[in-house]
Amino acid sequence: MQAISFTVNGRAAGVTADPDTPLLDVLRNHLGLAGTKFGCGAEQCGACMVLIDGRPEKSCGKALATVAGRAVVTVEGLGTPQRPHPLQEAFLDEQAGQCGYCLAGILVSAKALLDRNPSPSRREIAAALDGNICRCGSHARILRAVARAARAMREGAAR
Amino acid sequence: MSAAPPPALPVTLANNPRLDQWVRFPQSGRAAVATGKVEIGQGILTAMRQIAAEELCLAPDRIELHSGDTELTPNEGYTSGSQSIQYGGVALRLACAEVRALFLERAAAKLGCRREELSIADGKVLRQGIAAGEDYWSLAGEVDLARRATGAAALKEVGAYGIVGRSMPRTDLGGKVFGEAVFIHDMAPQGMLHARVVRQPRPGARIARIDEAGLRRAAKGPVELVRDGDFLAILAADETVVENLAAVAGNYVAWDGVERVNPLREEARALLQQPSIDRVIGDPEPAAAAPGRYEASFTRMHVAHASVAPSCALALFEGGRLTVWTHCQGVYPLRAALARALKLDPAAISVRHVQGPGCYGHNGADDAAADAAVIARSRPGQTVRVRWRREEEFAFDPVSPAMVVTVHAALDEAGRPADWTTEVWSGRHSSRPGGGGNLLAAEALPDAAEPPQPVDVPEASGGGGTRNGMPLYDFAKKRIVHHLVPETPVRTSALRGLGATINVYAIEMAMDELAERAGMDPLAYRLSVLSDARARAVLERVAKMSRWQPGLPAGTAKGRGIAFARYKNMAAYAAIVAEVEVEEEVRLLNVWCAADAGLVVNPDGAVNQLEGNIVQAASWALKEGVRLDETGISSRDWESYPVLRFSEVPEIFVELVDAKADRPPLGVGEASGGPAAAAIGNAVAHALGARLRDLPLSRERVMAALLRG
Repeated sequence: MQAISFTVNGRAAGVTADPDTPLLDVLRNHLGLAGTKFGCGAEQCGACMVLIDGRPEKSCGKALATVAGRAVVTVEGLGTPQRPHPLQEAFLDEQAGQCGYCLAGILVSAKALLDRNPSPSRREIAAALDGNICRCGSHARILRAVARAARAMREGAAR
Repeated sequence: MSAAPPPALPVTLANNPRLDQWVRFPQSGRAAVATGKVEIGQGILTAMRQIAAEELCLAPDRIELHSGDTELTPNEGYTSGSQSIQYGGVALRLACAEVRALFLERAAAKLGCRREELSIADGKVLRQGIAAGEDYWSLAGEVDLARRATGAAALKEVGAYGIVGRSMPRTDLGGKVFGEAVFIHDMAPQGMLHARVVRQPRPGARIARIDEAGLRRAAKGPVELVRDGDFLAILAADETVVENLAAVAGNYVAWDGVERVNPLREEARALLQQPSIDRVIGDPEPAAAAPGRYEASFTRMHVAHASVAPSCALALFEGGRLTVWTHCQGVYPLRAALARALKLDPAAISVRHVQGPGCYGHNGADDAAADAAVIARSRPGQTVRVRWRREEEFAFDPVSPAMVVTVHAALDEAGRPADWTTEVWSGRHSSRPGGGGNLLAAEALPDAAEPPQPVDVPEASGGGGTRNGMPLYDFAKKRIVHHLVPETPVRTSALRGLGATINVYAIEMAMDELAERAGMDPLAYRLSVLSDARARAVLERVAKMSRWQPGLPAGTAKGRGIAFARYKNMAAYAAIVAEVEVEEEVRLLNVWCAADAGLVVNPDGAVNQLEGNIVQAASWALKEGVRLDETGISSRDWESYPVLRFSEVPEIFVELVDAKADRPPLGVGEASGGPAAAAIGNAVAHALGARLRDLPLSRERVMAALLRG
């Protein structure tokens, strides 16, 4: 057991746990942030994607010890129904989802993309989401939604 | 009013005839509406809300919708087979219409006027358009809904619809994009125990010994064991502890009687060597083979549901009652199966649906529920949560059976089929637990019942291996020869579309080959043997959407293919054009789809389902095949069982034909899969100038075809 401090969605978090505990389990079971999902536990599907210091990372494969002192952002940190992130608005506008289990990870991957590339092509969006599996086949809508959010963010920045 | 007797009730209304099973007004300004159908990602809760709101003349947000709960909702069997709107929605619509009629009758009596003067707007009674001071809630105490539906109430005119027929945003999507929605995996009641099953490696395997000390030493925290016969589970308060232990627990258990699997049976053609139960459906077989015969065989390997997350369930056994939370597709059938397995009275079991990852058929959800129930029985008062491991979901999923389909056709002078046989070899396509047995945990118990005889889905329900095996085309004689192979190397059950995917693939690939022989364009050839006007309309629409051009040369590395089917020959019609580029592997460029689903409740929801089915079928067609080794399924992760990724998905264009017409709704959720796979197959053939008849159309198969030149 070890006490480890980091920030989650801008707030200080301290967890006393086995330092090998996957960050995903820490988020879901210790911090009650269940938006981030378990999909495979093997870094293959992207359901557990979070941002660590701004970079998209699969939290099932990140030990708690590796995030000490770092900034973690989960889907809950993107926005709220009252103050949605443009991505969240765009996903609702495009009705981009079916079962929705994969969406948290996809939104996080998309945020990482738009943070570094404000005007990605369809191909670039698809490449950025290739680490995320959607099994329902909502891909076409999701690709449209990310492009729509990028547009909205550029227009917002220009205003 | 007509004097004719009322029509027969829709089946699920006949089975649940009391109106208060469907609609109640428990609280001012609110209506409680119940559906036996459950949300599996298809948007059914939004569509059912629209149907109820429309027929009750109520704002959709006044409805509190209950779904898939043995304590709260009617028994509508499974949410499967594209039947939810076509049957469940129609039942709900009629129940709501009758409730509205009863309230209008009561209001008329109270107001002393004719019922024809009254209408309802957002729950309020209007007399000649003016509020009459009564509403559902003021009248609720005077209208007894604990009565049988008659089916005699008039439905609202489709032309007067304001809610049904318009795209309504999904009611569940908001919670999902903000990470607030509670999937079953996210339920975390106080004091919950996390469990993992140390599963029998193969059916019938028996525990020889357990190195309990070793198992406990391997754990990073306190664990408990639950054993019942050959069922073994490990439990801990800390999920990480139990998950880590589950990964190595198999090393501490020795098994007897582990049967081996023949890995060669991963190939579909192995079915041809197996004993089968044979029958003929349709016209009798011809006495002798006619001249001008065409024959070709098509195959598909076993296919996994490959839900994006493994199955999960919670159970609590308390005071003699068992409550199970599950993402399965049928809460009542699961309750019946659990009652049999645990020797409990069904009335002592509540089964409640909670959303999970899309399942696309009978995956591990029911089995996980049985796991949780068996464990909970030994831990009264404690909620037990079982979440399968990823490799467990792949290894123990009841996969879609491998199939071989051979088309035999005798042609007339014009090169059109005069006699057609679709000959199908397949394992069974349904082994859902409601039919008896087939819960892994139950089979491991000491007093396990014998597994039931394998049967396939009956033709009246659309068939299993035979689904869509009967072409809709105007051939003088047509039939299916069905070889049901009872013994499969691994468990098999229902996956979206069942046998339709490969049957449509075979029929529509054969139609392209026959068109080529006849020197005709594939679209024109199909239309020349197709009199069903709605079928023709979707083909013509998709041709227009895709700017279909006859006579484009084959073998140029770029190709187009067309295909059509009416799902189950009784649900929605769908026609698809696919455009591909083939170099070393197949790249999907564009897919166009035209569908006729009768009256569509939520057009965007229907389009979303058609799109999803296209992507999933593209993944089946290009990538998917379950691998076997001696231990059973060996493709246990996303690398050994790849599915289509974002950069492999085409642009998709979907249009609905006559979606607002006053015609019965037709199930749409599985309509585009078969035609999508077949259109891709035909497009690949056009691009290569060579036909690949075995799925998946993998890089290896494409390369081999290119080398053959």
